[in-house]
Amino acid sequence: MNWDWSAVGDFMPHFWDGLLVTLQALVLGSLISFALGLVWALLMRAPTRWVRWPVGVVTEFVRNTPLLVQLFFLFYVLPEWNITFSAMTTGVVAIGLHYSTYTMQVYRAGIEGVPAGQWEAATALNLPLTRTWTAVILPQAIRRVVPALGNYVISMLKDTPLLMAITVLDMLGEARLFSQQNFQFTEPLTVIGVAFILISYPASLLMRALERRLVR
Amino acid sequence: MTSGLWELVLKGIWVTVQLLVFSALLAAAVSFVVGIARVHRLWIVRFLAGFYTEVFRGTSALIMIFWVFFVLPLAFGWQLVPMWAGTLALGLTYGAYGSEIVRGALNSVDAAQVEGGIALSFTPWQRLRLILLPQAVPEMIPPFSNLLIELLKGTALVSVMGMGDLAFSGNLVRLALQESAEIYTYILLIYFVIAFLLTRLMRGLEKRLKAGVGQVPEKGVSQAELHRPETSGVGGGAV
Repeated sequence: MNWDWSAVGDFMPHFWDGLLVTLQALVLGSLISFALGLVWALLMRAPTRWVRWPVGVVTEFVRNTPLLVQLFFLFYVLPEWNITFSAMTTGVVAIGLHYSTYTMQVYRAGIEGVPAGQWEAATALNLPLTRTWTAVILPQAIRRVVPALGNYVISMLKDTPLLMAITVLDMLGEARLFSQQNFQFTEPLTVIGVAFILISYPASLLMRALERRLVR
Repeated sequence: MTSGLWELVLKGIWVTVQLLVFSALLAAAVSFVVGIARVHRLWIVRFLAGFYTEVFRGTSALIMIFWVFFVLPLAFGWQLVPMWAGTLALGLTYGAYGSEIVRGALNSVDAAQVEGGIALSFTPWQRLRLILLPQAVPEMIPPFSNLLIELLKGTALVSVMGMGDLAFSGNLVRLALQESAEIYTYILLIYFVIAFLLTRLMRGLEKRLKAGVGQVPEKGVSQAELHRPETSGVGGGAV
């Protein structure tokens, strides 16, 4: 085992570039998954099965197939249909879409967890449907789902290295590039591995603390 | 698609299934050993097991795969066959997630059951084998089922290392045909079918194990979603 600190030093500028890309992908992917997941969850409560059924099948399909293959699908198939995005945009959309099928279940649990009395009170007060949702149900549901959503953000963080497979230079992409140029694999790969632990472990502690506070 | 290309896909399915079975076995072994160690009475054992879990859950599975493929040979001189390298990386990572399932299920067994075992002067090993595990294992099956699906999705990662699994065969066919919509749709469908079969298999297993302790599988446990421990990080939410 030979560890070369100068290689670590040389890698660090690339590391920060990669970290920035990773965090960008993470933030954008999270936003997409939060918004889209809520849309799926609300559509699954639609009165007609002609909405519920297709949404259920599509989300089940996306949830049970590998994100990597979905990335390839979007990256190679969309250009054939004359839709071209940058690799980064494709990756962000794929991650957001994939995780929206998970956040949807979280939202569903949150909505179902709102006591029936709240619905009845909204009916008794003659609140219109939109106001029932925006002022009564969702504020209570979303408060309860914050920690669970946070856990999916941590999972998403650990999935961002997959973007490397479609040429995005995230942390792993930078590490691979550096390794191949300098023929030093040990240092960059270990540095990013440790970086992931240093980010995700405190984040998971934070989510556990949030869960104690927000979910009863 | 010609039959030669289908043969590639079939070979890919075979590699994926093999990798899935091997890494699932390794992951199951790791999760039971580490999960039981996390409820051990010595704090040092608990600490080491917890450290293992946090380290392997903390990094991404893809980084683990890179590490096993590139750093292990250089740093320690262990050059593994790709199949075993993939099994090692996936098994250790998913075993860390599985150990959380085992720990949670062991902790959820009624404390009076263990106290009864102590009162009857069972040894710790007898308590574990005859009292804790028979009641805890059926509880583990639904989260293990989710984790198995995550593991199936995780096996696709080895294609980045050039191992000829199902996802890799998709890339080969794309290069051969210069056309990607069709083949990637097939690949996704095949993964979906495998996932569906695994879910069915695990549901049958749960039914049998729960019948063994006089229970029926629960339906519609959406509230568990809010309390599930952190998820796997290869395409999302196991556990």
